[in-house]
Amino acid sequence: MSADDVELFGMALAETGIMVGVSGLLSLVLGLPLGVLLVITHEDGIWPRPGLNRLLGTIINAFRSTPFIILLVALIPFTRLLVGTTIGTTAAIVPLAIAATPYYARVAEMSLREVDRGLLEALRALGATRWQIIREALLPEALPGLVSGFTVTLVTLIGASAMAGAVGAGGLGDLAIRYGYQRFDTGIMVGVIVVLIVVVSAVQIGGDELARRLNRRL
Amino acid sequence: MTSADLLNPSPAAAAAPHLRPAFAPDSTGLHAPAGDAIVRLESISRAFGSVVALREVSLTVRRGEIFGIIGRSGAGKSTLIRTINGLERIDAGRIFVDGRELSILNDAALNRARRNIGMIFQHFNLLSMKTVFENVELPLKLAGEPRAARASAVWQLLDMVGLRDKADVHPAKLSGGQKQRVGIARALAGKPDLLLSDEATSALDPQTTLSILHLLRELKAKLGVTIVLITHEMSVIREICDRVAVLDHGQIVEGGPVWEVFGHPRADLTRQLLRTVRPPLPESLVEALHPVPVAGDRCLLRVDGSGAEPYAAVLALLAGDSAWQTDIVHAEVDRVGGHPVGTVTFSVRYREDPLRHLLAAAERRAIDLEVLGYVGG
Repeated sequence: MSADDVELFGMALAETGIMVGVSGLLSLVLGLPLGVLLVITHEDGIWPRPGLNRLLGTIINAFRSTPFIILLVALIPFTRLLVGTTIGTTAAIVPLAIAATPYYARVAEMSLREVDRGLLEALRALGATRWQIIREALLPEALPGLVSGFTVTLVTLIGASAMAGAVGAGGLGDLAIRYGYQRFDTGIMVGVIVVLIVVVSAVQIGGDELARRLNRRL
Repeated sequence: MTSADLLNPSPAAAAAPHLRPAFAPDSTGLHAPAGDAIVRLESISRAFGSVVALREVSLTVRRGEIFGIIGRSGAGKSTLIRTINGLERIDAGRIFVDGRELSILNDAALNRARRNIGMIFQHFNLLSMKTVFENVELPLKLAGEPRAARASAVWQLLDMVGLRDKADVHPAKLSGGQKQRVGIARALAGKPDLLLSDEATSALDPQTTLSILHLLRELKAKLGVTIVLITHEMSVIREICDRVAVLDHGQIVEGGPVWEVFGHPRADLTRQLLRTVRPPLPESLVEALHPVPVAGDRCLLRVDGSGAEPYAAVLALLAGDSAWQTDIVHAEVDRVGGHPVGTVTFSVRYREDPLRHLLAAAERRAIDLEVLGYVGG
């Protein structure tokens, strides 16, 4: 592997890192409140609002059922409005975050719903407000699941970011397409696959370990 | 009827338990004068769809007592106790706690009221991600107490339930009994006047159950907290309750001081529930029993009751005539709330006329004397 290749991989890895990192963070910040809202507005949640719950569910499903490559293109006008450009890493972050947010909202919802209803009842019996129930019971009790869910979201984002090459965002996937596929450079292709396996494994193992350490239920 | 009445029974007072109808709210002794009531439920009803969970339940809990509500699963116990702190809303009726009508409070006021009502649960409901210390501290944190004041209160509570050394442990590392102790400490952290116990010992083994019940009784004495508990186990009622209400299909079918209800159960359900704490006659004896006497048989007589009088009175009647050849074949007398309660089964030689006279004499004195049957002599 030449020094050029190393630089190529370094660049691609950094681009993927930025795209996945920033969109992942955004999906966490936006998706978690959505997940909480989905759980508490459920008809047997602590703030039952069935109408709102259905509306949120429908919107989330709409985004979730659109393939990412289509979302990427369909969101171009919105991306331009938001970040002033439709190409490059920054431009890719917008659709990535928008795709990952409903995904994480659903994943978070599942973890939050696993929280024992008895705990929420105990908090109500102690005179806790809804906000206190969320802060003291719902979120902390679901934390290991929320971390595992975020790990899955990051891995999914790494996969989706490969398509971001379509808007010139670079990254590992783009490297594999341009060099490995279009220029028949099998070495680069294999290299990208190896790097992706290592990165995904690292994220997965790190996430699992964190979730395990946080879990006090054992 | 007061205990003084029972100790010096006038014929009318002694007869009263037998004359009470199967269900009459005002004769159950569940209505205390309003002055010393901490909880008052006025014909509350609750239905889930077409299933009626509670049907016009009325009862009064006196300040400082331990009040038990017993019933089978599905009788509405859980719903009933949850109405007392507003976890369950009611369709009709009124609920007063500490003189305040709980059933009309808005969310914020209800939350404040709940801080004065502790609750413990069958499955403990401790926060698994918080330590024992943090769990006990939680009610104080929710109430906005400053951190320093919280810490000293928590240590005091942990001492009270004997778990100081477990402060930094997470609940998953505790035994069931220890978890419930944490639950109790948490429930008492807000210095409530009232503690609700929702099957708090049902998930525990008998030994641990006893230790938790004794802790509750000790805390009641020390802190003066009133306890309302629901259970399906008569042994729990016998162990610590002052008064009991029996709930069946959402209605109170019987109630009053525990020793009285144990001594003179009127409802079928109560009798059935009592069988678990009062074993019936030995199997061999039951098999030998026949309903029609033949010459030379012995007769089995059972005295049911509470207070010392029934047993003493029957013994006195039998002792007056040595021809009875009196023998005690089975006795199960407990002390419940300081009163002897239970049954004694005598075996006497069968003689037709004297037996008739004996039963008549017992009836005159309102003694619950029953012929179980006859066994070969």
